[in-house]
Amino acid sequence: MKLTVWTYEGPPHVGAMRVATAMQGVHYVLHAPQGDTYADLLFTMIERRDHRPPVTYTTFQARDLGGDTAELFKTAVRDAYERFKPEAMIVGASCTAELIQDDPGGLARAIALPIPVIPLDLPSYQKKENWGAAETFYQMVRTLAPGDAQPRPAPDATRRPRCNILGPTALGFRHRDDLVEITRLLQRLGVDVAVTAPLGASPADLRRLPQADFNVVLYPEIAGTAAAWLERTHGQPSVRTIPIGVGATRDFIREVAEIAGIDPAPVLAESAGRLPWWSRSVDSNYLTNKRVFIFGDATHAIAAARVAAEELGFEVVGLGAYNREFAREVRAAAAKYGVEALITDDYLEVERVIAELQPELVLGTQMERHIAKRLRISCAVISAPAHVQDFPARYSPQMGFEGANVLFDTWVHPLVMGLEEHLLAMFRDDFEFNDAAGASHLGAGAASASPPAPAAAPDAAAVASVIAWSDEAQAELAKIPFFVRGKARRNTEQFAASRGIALVHLETLYDARSHFAR
Amino acid sequence: MTVLGALSSLARPAPATPRDRPVLRERGQREVFCGLTGIVWLHRKIQDAFFLVVGSRTCAHLIQSAAGVMVFAEPRFATAIMEERDLAGLADTNEELDRVVDQLLARRPDIRMLFLVGSCPSEVIKLDLSRAAQRLSTRYAPALRVINYSGSGIETTFTQGEDACLAALVPEAPQAPANAPPSLLVVGTLPDIVEDQFRRLFSALGIASVDFFPPRRSGEIAPIGPNTRFLLAQPFLGDTAQRLASRGAKRLPAVFPFGAEGSTAWFKAAADAWGIADDHFQRVIAPPRDRARRALERYRTALQGKSVFFFPDSQMEPSLARFLARELGMRPIEVGTPYLNKDLVARELEQIPEAVISEGQDVDRQLERCRAARPDLVVCGLGLANPLEAEGMTTKWSIELVFSPVHGFDQAGDLAALFARPLARRDLLRV
Ligand code: SF4
Repeated sequence: MKLTVWTYEGPPHVGAMRVATAMQGVHYVLHAPQGDTYADLLFTMIERRDHRPPVTYTTFQARDLGGDTAELFKTAVRDAYERFKPEAMIVGASCTAELIQDDPGGLARAIALPIPVIPLDLPSYQKKENWGAAETFYQMVRTLAPGDAQPRPAPDATRRPRCNILGPTALGFRHRDDLVEITRLLQRLGVDVAVTAPLGASPADLRRLPQADFNVVLYPEIAGTAAAWLERTHGQPSVRTIPIGVGATRDFIREVAEIAGIDPAPVLAESAGRLPWWSRSVDSNYLTNKRVFIFGDATHAIAAARVAAEELGFEVVGLGAYNREFAREVRAAAAKYGVEALITDDYLEVERVIAELQPELVLGTQMERHIAKRLRISCAVISAPAHVQDFPARYSPQMGFEGANVLFDTWVHPLVMGLEEHLLAMFRDDFEFNDAAGASHLGAGAASASPPAPAAAPDAAAVASVIAWSDEAQAELAKIPFFVRGKARRNTEQFAASRGIALVHLETLYDARSHFAR
Repeated sequence: MTVLGALSSLARPAPATPRDRPVLRERGQREVFCGLTGIVWLHRKIQDAFFLVVGSRTCAHLIQSAAGVMVFAEPRFATAIMEERDLAGLADTNEELDRVVDQLLARRPDIRMLFLVGSCPSEVIKLDLSRAAQRLSTRYAPALRVINYSGSGIETTFTQGEDACLAALVPEAPQAPANAPPSLLVVGTLPDIVEDQFRRLFSALGIASVDFFPPRRSGEIAPIGPNTRFLLAQPFLGDTAQRLASRGAKRLPAVFPFGAEGSTAWFKAAADAWGIADDHFQRVIAPPRDRARRALERYRTALQGKSVFFFPDSQMEPSLARFLARELGMRPIEVGTPYLNKDLVARELEQIPEAVISEGQDVDRQLERCRAARPDLVVCGLGLANPLEAEGMTTKWSIELVFSPVHGFDQAGDLAALFARPLARRDLLRV
């Protein structure tokens, strides 16, 4: 049993829903109680989809348990087929139905529908949403594009190289726009996109997957398993570089060019967007060595760390991911920045680490946004779990050169707004200004006079140490601009601890300052 | 006809007696929340209580999503997520639960009441949470009381979770002596501001001893006994009402306090039980009632004559339909409710004679009826609202009717506004 306040990932059947909802002509019959229908609102409200997800829930009740829940399931399958006439169906159980062991796959097979029916075995008590999406996509690809599928015509001089783009789903963090950006980039390179899946693909499209020369895996969390199988079974190599940031996009171009046997030079010679110059422009000087903490799904977190370090000149002070399946990759990346990887799906643990590190910027999920808000640290969102704000009306990719422009804006903006808070602090004694006004970017509810700090929520100050501050020293600390205040506090306390000082006086503060100035 | 269809009421018509009008009973896919959702508002009300769901990742995800992703920094609810080890019998579930509760209390020593909330998985594996609650209660007495109820989706629909919670809370109330002076208990979670308004009105009427259930703090549960009279503030509290009755308390039947009329009738039920003279009642009630009427007048033109279709959600549907029909001149076409407690809503049903009353759900068939009826306004859950808007319908999300202050005279205008706004917006937009 695990105590959980907030979860980064839903159960695995929600991953399956993300695949089904992304596709055309697929219907999902899910053996589940009525409350599980909440998952529909993730798609209709958070992503603002204008259709219900193509999911039929059996919504069995307690009184059905003594009777025939299996019959209920079969009826639901027949009705869903009649009503929706899908090209393929996936069937499975949610956590509760898993316990009653009705075997949805076997029951559906017994009905012998004239379409492919793909049973899903998603262990709800072991696995989570991303795994569920990956497994669902893999099972569908395997069933619809089996090893004996029609062989691929050999590449020849008369046709352009052709690839599939794998990974984008419903409810994905900026998948919609990444897809547009990367499709355009591939076209500029002279590569045709045969199939994009799951997003927008039909079962017929999945059957055509083996016809492409190679696969571009945009979201390994979702498409990694299927791509590895396509590689083994159909000999399709995969492009694995994730084109987030300028450097990674260039690497991506090179990798695609190599696999496709084309020349990347013309596209590499084109503009790489505005990030390189924006970052070199002198006003960006203040970004140098900003301490940044990064947390999200492994793919986005690792990519963000590279952009932060190499393209914005930040110092990566923490790097982590909530999906254990990719722990190895995250550890390797963390080692590059000399930090220890934080692999956890425990929100409270992430909060503790952020409070301890006191970064100046948090790049995280919506969860970290809340943590950062409470600790009054600037924050930008880089990864799912997705929130309604992560589906902007405007074009806003994370990938490719335009994506890099977007990253520059969205990561630097909160820091610039932070400077506004610094100005507030400078004018704090002016009658028109006071700390309680708060900074505008934190929203009206974030006035600093009473940040919501429940008893057990670690306060940035309280967590790191047990060292006390005299009123005088505390007051002096408050005069230090906020964006270095955390650092000053940390250094002072570290200094005090190393000298066995339990109470920080004004003197200690300045001693520490001169100590660290050396 | 499909098998699920055959199970619907068309094949099994409900007996029609004068009081008991025909009800369309459907059994098919339901598009409703489970009772766990009630935690979202219950935990805000009882300020020193914590709700620990014993369930799965789905349960945790439901509460998080229903609450609108992390509105509250550190909420007073959490989920003890069962894992493979718990199910395979590798771990002693009771020991595991004790460990999780220890962990929780170490973080939140301020908690005085802990609800162990059952879910579908805990029910299916027959985890005995009532025994666990007893054991933990003994262990942590007197600092903490541990109570259990089920919010599982196989047994409860949305607001039934509150009913199950409050029913479980009834035995915690001290016994009021048989000779205690009469006291009034208002039953159902209300926002503090509404409670304060109600308390002022009761006191002006001359009913001094008024308590609210659940209380704001777990130690403040009012004594219950044969001289307790109670008014339900919500129509979904059938089990709670029964439990209260079994402790000798007497229910004052009334329509529910939505709108000027509804609120008047509700207060009148109490006033009559206390033998308060009608002229005094009229004097006290007139100012807020007139205020409510004026507020409703503003929305009448917009809503008058408009048709409304309710998908089942909270069991408040009959009461809301009555309010819309009687006080704003709307025309309910279908009033769907997950469960129809005829005893509690009989008076509401009498006042909406035209509408089809449906209980339970077969969502695809109901959507067909809704499309055929082309109502001016559809009241439905979050999963259906945007898809119906995309089909050109105007919708009101039903969940807001549960989460917002809508009871009593001073909220009557706000309640009407919730229905008027989507229509006004549709008229406004030119894109
Ligand atoms: S319906 Fe059951 S399994 Fe689903 S969230 Fe509700 S209690 Fe949990």
